[in-house]
Amino acid sequence: MKELRLMKGNEAVAESAIRYGVDGYFGYPITPQSEILEHLMAENPYEKTGMVVLQAESEVASINMVYGGAACGKRVMTTSSSPGISLMQEGLSYIAGAELPCLVVNVVRGGPGLGTIQPSQADYFQTTKGGGHGDYRLITLAPASVQEMYDFVGLGFELAFKYRNPAMILSDGVIGQVMEKVVIDDYKPRWTDEYIKKTFPWATTGKNPNQSHVIVTSLQLDPVKQEQVNLRIQAKYRECEKNDARCELLNCDDAEYVFVAYGSSARICQKAIELGREKGIKIGLVRPITLWPFPTKVLRDMTSKVKGMLSVEMSAGQMVEDVLLATQHKVKVEHFGRFGGMIPTPQEVLEVLETKIIGG
Amino acid sequence: MNESIIKPENLVYRKTPVLTDNVLHYCPGCGHGTVHRIIAEVIEEMGIQETTVGVAPVGCSVLAYNYFEVDMQEAAHGRAPALATAIKRLKPDFHVFTYQGDGDLAAIGTGETIHACNRGENITMIFINNGIYGMTGGQMAPTTLEGMKTSTSPYGRDLRTMGNPLRITEILAQLPGTYYVTRQAVYTPALVRKCKKAIRQGFENQKKQKGTSFIEVVSNCNSGWKMSPVASNKWLEENMLTLYPLGDIKVPTENK
Amino acid sequence: MTEEIIIAGFGGQGVLSMGKILAYSGVMQNKEVSWMPSYGPEMRGGTSNVTVIISDERINSPVLSVFDSAIILNQQSLDKFENAVKKGGLLLYDPNGITRHPVRKDINIYQIAATDKAAEIGIPKLFNMIVLGGFLKYKPIVQDEFIRKGLEKSLPARHHGLIPENEKAIKTGTDIVKPYHTI
Repeated sequence: MKELRLMKGNEAVAESAIRYGVDGYFGYPITPQSEILEHLMAENPYEKTGMVVLQAESEVASINMVYGGAACGKRVMTTSSSPGISLMQEGLSYIAGAELPCLVVNVVRGGPGLGTIQPSQADYFQTTKGGGHGDYRLITLAPASVQEMYDFVGLGFELAFKYRNPAMILSDGVIGQVMEKVVIDDYKPRWTDEYIKKTFPWATTGKNPNQSHVIVTSLQLDPVKQEQVNLRIQAKYRECEKNDARCELLNCDDAEYVFVAYGSSARICQKAIELGREKGIKIGLVRPITLWPFPTKVLRDMTSKVKGMLSVEMSAGQMVEDVLLATQHKVKVEHFGRFGGMIPTPQEVLEVLETKIIGG
Repeated sequence: MNESIIKPENLVYRKTPVLTDNVLHYCPGCGHGTVHRIIAEVIEEMGIQETTVGVAPVGCSVLAYNYFEVDMQEAAHGRAPALATAIKRLKPDFHVFTYQGDGDLAAIGTGETIHACNRGENITMIFINNGIYGMTGGQMAPTTLEGMKTSTSPYGRDLRTMGNPLRITEILAQLPGTYYVTRQAVYTPALVRKCKKAIRQGFENQKKQKGTSFIEVVSNCNSGWKMSPVASNKWLEENMLTLYPLGDIKVPTENK
Repeated sequence: MTEEIIIAGFGGQGVLSMGKILAYSGVMQNKEVSWMPSYGPEMRGGTSNVTVIISDERINSPVLSVFDSAIILNQQSLDKFENAVKKGGLLLYDPNGITRHPVRKDINIYQIAATDKAAEIGIPKLFNMIVLGGFLKYKPIVQDEFIRKGLEKSLPARHHGLIPENEKAIKTGTDIVKPYHTI
C-alpha cells in the first residue's frame, strides 16, 4: 500500500533505501546530509528487512565497505556531502574499474575546501567527468524534489545493476533539507542469497564446485588486457548514453527562450518562468534528470526552436560546458550562477535572462 | 622414473586444491608462499572453500587472489579491512579473511585496521610484516627497524627524522574488539606448524563471533633486504624478533 | 491559491515546528506543500527561519526571496524580512523585544503579544501555537480540522496528550492578535 508522508529529502533517501530492499548502508556523518544515517539508525532496518547499517570511521572506509558489499552482489550504498565525496573518489574509481554496481548520494554543499554547509551544485565536474583516476563515468541522477530523492534510490540501483557501474544521486542542500509530500511504497523483500548467486556470476558469493573461483579486481597489469577492459567499459557507456539519458521539458512547446537547470536550480527557474510569463516572456525549462549521460540530443534539437538558452547552476559554470557541447554554438548560450552556498533568487535569474539573452 | 611407487599409500605431499595451479610470482625464498599454503590448507581442512571470501591488499601480495581457489576481492591500498567488514556483515555465515603487508595494514590502512579490530569484526586478519615495501622496490615501511637500510632510508632509518617502527600488533591487542592476537613466523618447519595452528584458530574463531582474530607473521624480504634467502632468515631471527617477539599477545580467556 | 510564508525568529522559539505543523496541516487538506529551513549553526541558538509554501498547484521554487506573508519573532528577522513582503502582503510580529517597529505602509501589519501571553498561561512552549493562531485568523489557508490532523502527524505519539492544549493556544492566538497597520 502506498502511503503519503511529509519528509525531508534526506529522510526520503533513507526511507526509500529500507523499503526498496537495500542490503547495506555504510556512511559517515557530514552536514547537510546527516539525517540519512540518523533516519536509518532510528528506523532499525535490520529488524524490518535485514538491511545492515554501519557508521564507518571515515568516508574512505565507507566507500570501501560499499566496494566489498557490491562485490558480493549486494545492493549497497553510501551517502555524503562534497568534502566526503572527494575522499571517496579513489574507491569510486576502483568500483567502476571492477565493474560493480552501487549507489552513492552526494548532498552537495559549497566549496572548495571545507567551504560552507549551504547548498551548491559545484560538484558537477567531479561527478560527471570522472572524479577519480582513469576513464570512467558515474551514472548521475539529479533529483529536483523530495519525491525524486525517494524514487531515484530505486532507479539508481536499477541503472547501476544494468550497467554494473556506480550510480550517483547528485542532490544539494536544498533538496536534502526541504520537506515535501512523498508517496512511499511498501517494504520490498531484499534479494535472497540464492537469487544473487544464480543471477550475478561475477559476484563473490562463494566458490561453486567444479567452477573456478570468482575474482573481483580492477588490476590488470598487462596493458593489452587493460585496454580491452577499458573498451568494454566504454562500450557500456555508449549503450548507457543511447538508452538512459533522461530529461524533463517544462513549458517548452511555445518557448522562445529556455533555462537549462537541474536539481534545486530547476525549481528556482520554474518560479522565474512563472514570473517571466506574467510579463509575457515565453520561457521554458530543460531539466536534465541524468547529468551523465547528458541529454545532449534534446538540447541539440532545441537549438532550432529557441532564440537563446540560459544555463543556471549554483556553480561558477560547469554544466554550461555540456550545454555548449550539445548546442554547438547554434544558439546563444550563457551561464548564470551563484556559488559558495548562495542560492539565486527567481527574480535575479529572470533578470539575467532578460539582460544577457533577450537584451544581449 | 618408477611409476609403480605412485600409490596413495606412498603419498607424502599433495598441493591443496585450495591453491590454484598458477605459478607464484613471489621471489624465491620469500615467506609469502608458505603463508599462502598454510591458509589454503586450513580452508581445505575446515571444509570451508565454498563459504570463504578473501581480500587481497596492494603490495607484494596484490595478486594473492590468483592463488587462493576461493572467491577473492582485490582492495584499494590499505582498505582490505573495510571490504572485509562489509562482506562479513552482509554474509555473516561466511568465513572472511584479509591478507595484508606492513605498508598496507600499518601505514596507509591504519585507520581501517584499527577500526575493524575495534568494532570486533568477526574476520581473520593475516598481517605479513617484513619491514619493507617489497613490491615498489624496497622503500621504508612503518615497521622498518632502526638503522635498517631501505631505498628511502639509504643511510639507515633515523628515528629522529623518520619516526619509530610501529608495533601495530601490540596496539591492536589493547583493543576490546580483538579476540585473538598473535605473532608468528614461518622460517623453520617448527614455526610453520605453529603458525598453521594459529591461523587455524583464527579461522575457527569466526564461528564464535567474539571479535577479530589477528595473526602477524614476521617474514623476510630477501630481495628488498638484498640478502640470500638463508641469510635473510638469519637476519630476521637476529634483528626483527627483538622488536617483534614471537608468541601469543592476546589469547581468548577460555584458552588460557 | 498559493501562500508563500517566511517564519523567522530565534532558534528555540519553535519556528521550525510551527512551520512543520502548518505544512502538515496543508498535507492533510490535500494541498501541495514545501517546508525549507535555514540550516546549520542557526539550530544552536542563532536566528532560525523556515519558508513554508502551501498551494493548490505543484510548487516550483522552495527557496524564495519575496513572500506573501512574514511571521516575525525577533528584531533581526524583522530587519531582514520586512522588505521581503510582497506589496499588499501580511506581516505578523510579536512586539516583545522589538525596538524598531515595522514602517511599511503598503502591507497589512498585525501584532501578537504571544511571548507575554505564553508566560501568562505559564507554558512558554505554547508560544508558537499562539502565533500560529494569530496568523490563521487573517490567513485561513488551512481549516481547523486539518490543523488538528497536522498536529497529530507532526507531534510524536507520546505528545498527543498535549494536542488539546495546543488547540487552545491557537484559539488564544486568534483572540489576542490585533491590527497594527492595515491598508
